[in-house]
Amino acid sequence: MPAAPAPPRVPCTFAGMVEGARLTVPLLPGTLVFAAAVGATSAEKGLTLGQAVFMSLSVYAGASQLLGLQLWPQVFSLSAIAAIVVVTMAVNLRFLLMGASLQPWLSRGPAGPVHVGLAALTDANFVVASRYHAQGGQDAGVFIGAGLFMWVIWTLATIPGHALGHLLTDPKRFAIDMVMPLTFTAMSVGLFRLRRDRLAWPVAAGVAVVTAQLADGYWFIVTGALAGSLAAGVLRERA
Amino acid sequence: MSVPEEAWPYIAITGMAAATFLVRFAGYWIMSRVPPTPFVRAALEALPGAIIVSTVVPLAMRGGLAAWIGVAVAAAVMVLVRKDIAALAAGMGAVIAVRSFGLG
Repeated sequence: MPAAPAPPRVPCTFAGMVEGARLTVPLLPGTLVFAAAVGATSAEKGLTLGQAVFMSLSVYAGASQLLGLQLWPQVFSLSAIAAIVVVTMAVNLRFLLMGASLQPWLSRGPAGPVHVGLAALTDANFVVASRYHAQGGQDAGVFIGAGLFMWVIWTLATIPGHALGHLLTDPKRFAIDMVMPLTFTAMSVGLFRLRRDRLAWPVAAGVAVVTAQLADGYWFIVTGALAGSLAAGVLRERA
Repeated sequence: MSVPEEAWPYIAITGMAAATFLVRFAGYWIMSRVPPTPFVRAALEALPGAIIVSTVVPLAMRGGLAAWIGVAVAAAVMVLVRKDIAALAAGMGAVIAVRSFGLG
């Protein structure tokens, strides 16, 4: 039996990176407000401007920054830090699934740039790149450019938030708490495939809702996504 | 050994960053070692949508009526207009409007 032909290599171009940055533009207003809210919360919790910027630059994951800051202690100890780190990882565990879902595509691109893109992996460049790829796009630069562009925007937008402080600390004002779900909702319209998803999506939603009733935090993203993905694997159209 | 007071926040932030980078790379690395059987391919293809559904539905439930209306408006505008920015603006506007009426 002849070996299966190697899958085609994936390009990674500068034009792709620019396209990726362009595709994130609709997400900018929500991202700016979200980053400003994180900056404001940092100020409220007593972080200096330098510490707030350092956090946005190095962590670059909004929901986990907000939750980590909720646990920010007045007096530090190793156990307080351990709690913050564990919560951060739990909230960001969804990145593990996002990286897994992008791997069949990105592993056919150049390893160096792809890992730069993975370092910048968040919800925004994940949804932008997933939809681009689902619609037939191949250029890995789109994922990388979207991530790097958002990284800069995110870090810079922390600064006015830290300065403005109290105007922004209530996430419900300006619907900041709904930025992520509404972004995902808009993006999901381009991802839905009737044959594949008509069973996987209800399974994912059901498991996620049950998990949300049983456990605090963001575990429901992980359990729901895994259940929906496994359901699609089990129920796949057999050739 | 004693840690200077002003170093603690930086240690905490560095720990948060390390944890986040670990999960950013881990899924990709794990998948490089999993053979791409038809089951795995089908599961991975459905994963982005499953992540999205699993994020939106529980958050909408926690957010109450305003959140449901926002999600419905964003989805409807996206289907009709196919513009992210219009869908997001309409969804956020709907949430703010419903909350300002004291609902949800």
